Amino acid sequence: MSETLYYLLIIVGVLVVMLSIAALLIWYERRMLALWQDRYGPNRVGPFGLMQVMADMVKIFFKEDWIAPFADKWVFIFAPTIIVVAVLLGFAVVPFAPGIVVADMNIGLLFFLAMSSLGAYSILLGGISSNNKYSLLGSLRGAAQVISYEVFMGISLMGVVILSDSFSLVKIVEAQKNMWFVIPQFIGFVIFFMAGVAETHRAPFDLPEAESELVAGFHSEYSGMKFGMFFVGEYLGITLISAMIATFFFGGWLGPSFLPPIVWFFIKTFAFITLFILLRASLPRPRYDQLMSLGWKILLPLSLLNLLATAAIKLAIGG
Amino acid sequence: MVKITIDGNVYEVDPKDNLLQTILSLGLDLPYFCWHPALGSVGSCRQCAVKKYSGEDDQKGRIVMACMEPVVDGMRISVNAPEVKDFRANIIELLMTNHPHDCPVCDEGGECHLQDVTLMSGHNYRRFDFNKRTHNNQYLGPFINHEMNRCIQCYRCVRFYREYAGGRDFNVFASRNRVFFGRYEDGVLESEFSGNLAEVCPTGVFTDKTYKQHFTRKWDLTTAPSICHNCSLGCNIIAGERYGTIRRIASRYNGKVNGYFICDRGRFGYEYVNSDQRIREPLRRGQASGRLEPVDRETVFNYFKKIFDKKPRLLGIGSPKASLESNHALQMLVGKENFFAGVSAVEHQLTLKAIQILKEGPAKVPSLRETEKADTVLILGEDVTNTAPMLTLSLRQASRQKPMELPIKMNVPTWHEMAVLELMQDERSPFFVLTPTETKLDDIATAVYRNAPDNIARLAHAVAHYIDSAAPEVKNLTEEETELVKQIAENLLSAKQPLIVSGTSCLNESLLEAAANITRALKKRQKSPWIFLTVPEANSVGLALLDEKNLNQAIEKALSDTYETLIILENDLYRRIEEDKANKLFDAFKHVIVLHYLHNSTTDKANLVVPVGPFTESDGTLVNNEGRAQRFYQVFYPGDSVKESWRWLGQIMTEHGSNAGRALSKLDDFIEALVQDFPELKAVKELAPDADFRIAGQKIPRQSHRYSGRTSMNANVNVSEPKPPEDEDSPMSFTMEGYQGVPPSPFISRFWYPGWNSVQAVNKFQIEVGGALRGGDPGLRVFEPQADSDAPYYTRIPEPFKPQKDQWFAIPVFHIFGSDELSIYTPGVAELAPKPYLLLNQKDAESFKGEKVNVLLDGKQIELPVKTSSSFPSGMVGIPIGLPEMKIFKFPNWVKISG
Amino acid sequence: MFSILRSLWLTFLHTFHKRFTIQYPEEKAKLPARWRGRIVLTRDPDGAERCVACYLCAAACPVDCISLQAAEDETGRRYPEFFRINFSRCIFCGFCEDACPTYAIQLTPDFELVEYDRQNLVYEKENLLISGPGKYHDYNFYRVAGYAVGGKGKGEAQHEDPPIDIHDLKP
Repeated sequence: MSETLYYLLIIVGVLVVMLSIAALLIWYERRMLALWQDRYGPNRVGPFGLMQVMADMVKIFFKEDWIAPFADKWVFIFAPTIIVVAVLLGFAVVPFAPGIVVADMNIGLLFFLAMSSLGAYSILLGGISSNNKYSLLGSLRGAAQVISYEVFMGISLMGVVILSDSFSLVKIVEAQKNMWFVIPQFIGFVIFFMAGVAETHRAPFDLPEAESELVAGFHSEYSGMKFGMFFVGEYLGITLISAMIATFFFGGWLGPSFLPPIVWFFIKTFAFITLFILLRASLPRPRYDQLMSLGWKILLPLSLLNLLATAAIKLAIGG
Repeated sequence: MVKITIDGNVYEVDPKDNLLQTILSLGLDLPYFCWHPALGSVGSCRQCAVKKYSGEDDQKGRIVMACMEPVVDGMRISVNAPEVKDFRANIIELLMTNHPHDCPVCDEGGECHLQDVTLMSGHNYRRFDFNKRTHNNQYLGPFINHEMNRCIQCYRCVRFYREYAGGRDFNVFASRNRVFFGRYEDGVLESEFSGNLAEVCPTGVFTDKTYKQHFTRKWDLTTAPSICHNCSLGCNIIAGERYGTIRRIASRYNGKVNGYFICDRGRFGYEYVNSDQRIREPLRRGQASGRLEPVDRETVFNYFKKIFDKKPRLLGIGSPKASLESNHALQMLVGKENFFAGVSAVEHQLTLKAIQILKEGPAKVPSLRETEKADTVLILGEDVTNTAPMLTLSLRQASRQKPMELPIKMNVPTWHEMAVLELMQDERSPFFVLTPTETKLDDIATAVYRNAPDNIARLAHAVAHYIDSAAPEVKNLTEEETELVKQIAENLLSAKQPLIVSGTSCLNESLLEAAANITRALKKRQKSPWIFLTVPEANSVGLALLDEKNLNQAIEKALSDTYETLIILENDLYRRIEEDKANKLFDAFKHVIVLHYLHNSTTDKANLVVPVGPFTESDGTLVNNEGRAQRFYQVFYPGDSVKESWRWLGQIMTEHGSNAGRALSKLDDFIEALVQDFPELKAVKELAPDADFRIAGQKIPRQSHRYSGRTSMNANVNVSEPKPPEDEDSPMSFTMEGYQGVPPSPFISRFWYPGWNSVQAVNKFQIEVGGALRGGDPGLRVFEPQADSDAPYYTRIPEPFKPQKDQWFAIPVFHIFGSDELSIYTPGVAELAPKPYLLLNQKDAESFKGEKVNVLLDGKQIELPVKTSSSFPSGMVGIPIGLPEMKIFKFPNWVKISG
Repeated sequence: MFSILRSLWLTFLHTFHKRFTIQYPEEKAKLPARWRGRIVLTRDPDGAERCVACYLCAAACPVDCISLQAAEDETGRRYPEFFRINFSRCIFCGFCEDACPTYAIQLTPDFELVEYDRQNLVYEKENLLISGPGKYHDYNFYRVAGYAVGGKGKGEAQHEDPPIDIHDLKP
């Protein structure tokens, strides 16, 4: 009984914490961007402008819930929910601290990959159902981008799996007690990070949205809370990828014991979230063909080489 | 047709015009100042320089003035060669050395030919460091403002004023860069066409003074094509509005009617539209107060409903100043048998006679502009300067036709103005002025004959008899008269294109008959004469075509029959018939309903006054003196109360179901109804495309594309802009949105073309410069003379006029400023209008001692100062007609004088 | 690759830069004299109205928010009978100032034009006219123009000869 309650508590806790973080990220990103652009950002509502989140939420909830008359109504409504649900499901396997994990599956890593690729449907359906040229272009870009980068996202993680001998995230974290995997798997880390940026279609790989050419791309026609779902989905995605980087390459909750493990986990995660924002603040968007050739011509061979090398070394040492 | 090469392109052109005119007709741009299509070439401004090559091998060429160059076959010229462009830029720079830094306060700015040409020639920076010459200005009367500093010495003004319009009190003085254009001393310009100086002057030396009182730039005016309502000629005008008031009238080129010019009454006599006497809301006579009190629209309809509920008999009185549509709408409302033209019996009778003569033929009826081509002119009784002013201008051109034969014989091109003038010297076409009073055309007349209208008619009949002995004979002419008859007849017979001008102003039917007889006699002698008759008002002919019954008959009918309600359309009956008769008419009715735009003696009698729009606030059709139907369009939307007469009447008919199943809401409905009821007026429907017409799906805008202040002009009332009014009656919009190119000719509301902001842009609207507008000049004849008719001679010869001992024969004397009912509301017109007087022969006047005499008119005694004339026929008195201070009397009439 | 890292690093260094934001309204911005804010009508050095009601500002205005009516006083001097700017439409483009041939209409460094009622943003001449010459201290249109007004007859403007006596017979 108490165990069920405990899990329920963890589930609810994870949901609440993750959604709050996603909401706070709106404020956090604006403040950080402003900082790097020598501005202040939102600083008027509440202390440090923190209540800006509330204001934005109130605004977005009260916006007119408008559906374009030419849109495919039900798909249009359904599409933004997919990304939120898929990403939230991805959090199910994240080990926040010892014992604090919703489901420590033995195939946790595969589950994460599966969930992150489900997000592509959201973009695809959202763009197609909008019945708008720009949205369609955006969703096609999104689909192609997610599918392409997913390939070596998985492959880049295989080095981690080889080193830890497990698909379970808890095991992977525990396997890093002596050395974070970022050292042996540096190439894997770089590739995973880049793929992560592409998966969440964040700047500089935000080609599905690309305001300057596609007028917000797949979500051009969205407004109100439906747009808000895409928005939240995106921040949840950032958090998930950051959490995964911390888990796979930076030892998850591991850290000196003067801080509790869960704090270490969040510090690491936030560091990567900040890195995401720094990327957006500094890098320009590549052309679409550049994005594709980077993926297929450089990152894919590199990840395969990395896997090959890791496997060979593992065989040579551990064999 | 000959071939010429301009900058390497070969064009096929007609060699009749000079090179400048040809280049402009081809649609090319070439700057010019002194040349004007109506004034010819003098080559004084040196601005239209082009390069002319002597042959195929000539690479160098030489600079010539295009306006002085005839077009010859195989000619090779360049408009854009660098040397000529340079030359033109230098010339404009020199012309501009003395031009002041005035544009912001100059009324010409924005529609200035000098600005256009300066820009076109590429002069944009003043290098001349020395002082500018200045001039003192003159007072030139209430119409024209003088700002001599701005002059660039093109000589157009003096050529127009003296040579074209025959003015004598305006000239050029001093020499070199000191030349001065003006009068020898301050004073009112005498010419009735002085307003055209504002359009002829390429810069702002002469500008419209009435426009200055409420000045607005050309681009800010809401303009619509309109027709002048101030006389029967139907000159085409453009009326411009801003902030709800009419700001100015400009001439609208029509190659068949007025050409480039209009008279001062037409140009300046518009201010009644802005008058504080305007009726802007419905008024009902209060039962308690007995005064007219403002009411709302519903009250008007309720008033009519109450009347209609009693199944009443309505009596309607139309107006010769109102449109065909309005008159016909009233006719539909009251029924044809109860509709009467609002014109006195004698006037209506004369108009009907004029129409009959024009219809019967066989003389052709020239258009106003065509009369310029006549080479012998006989004027019978009509003082055209005062009754149909623009005809004077045309007849002055006709007086050059005969002497023009000399330059043609000597191979001098007719456009070569200086050479032509040198050859002509003082030669004039045979020109006979037979009128009771002095006229402004006497100076060009071969012979002048001053006598009573009956005697003029007798002389004219004698001319007819001289030409064809089958025409009735006139006995007892004096020797001098017989000699004059012979001279006139011989000249008419030897003329290529004789023109007989007469009209209704003498109120003498015999004159019209005599004019007809002369044309018929000439026709018998294988000549093809022209006849041109003037009528009293802008739509006199149209009204006469709608109904033959007159106002005097209406009074008889009203007194003998049982009517309760009288409806009067845009008419002041106290200006049509004598006061006591009008009073009798009003007394016979229980309800008097007046549709009018101004308070006057008739609205004083009304129980209900319905506010209707004058010509600037209505659409409609007028028929001018030659039977030409012309459409005028509403300029601006005056608000919800003021409506066109036909719209009020149509709505009333629709509400009470007396519209006989016809839709009566838009202009097109009324035109359709009119043409159904009067099939002979079918041309009215073809005057202009109907309200559904669009160019590329767009309406034609009344405002220019630069129209300013749209989000501010009403902001003091309400900061939210009102919805712009829509026009369901015409394909024109009240806004600046729509097709901004050259519209079909009936819808030309401004002359503007890229690079041509001044009125000279008219060149771009014509098929060829000086010719018809693109798509043909607007306006269609509703009747044409029967060319092969064999109408018999009129045989009634009046008795010779005999002076009587104690009675004087009174005739009306017309004044261009003063005789018209509406133009007098313009302060300048009122200023130039004469004070009441009595015109007497000098000898006759000697029998009276004082300077004032008492006249017994229609049983009323009035005191009038005496004005004498040595040529005015003895035994008669002339009384100015229509002056605001004077009542309407019965003319012609015998009166008693004591003094 | 290196350039990307360099970009990231340089952007990151901005963490320690001073911020440009001015904390309006606690802190006021220092506006240059040619700032395009609230429009005024100025007077010439003699204290008379500069505007000659030439309508060029109204014509230049892209949102058509200026309307006026020309009038003339007894000495011939032109002035606007009314002059109205609808600031709720104005986009402060400064075209009116550019178009003005007399330096009458000028934009000033005042942008605080907030009203609760839009109707209050309609400014009439009495709201627009200031008592000084604004940015241009010396210019007086009527001293340059050949137009005679009160206090200045023909030939008395700059670069003008005295009026010609046409009765003079000298060549």
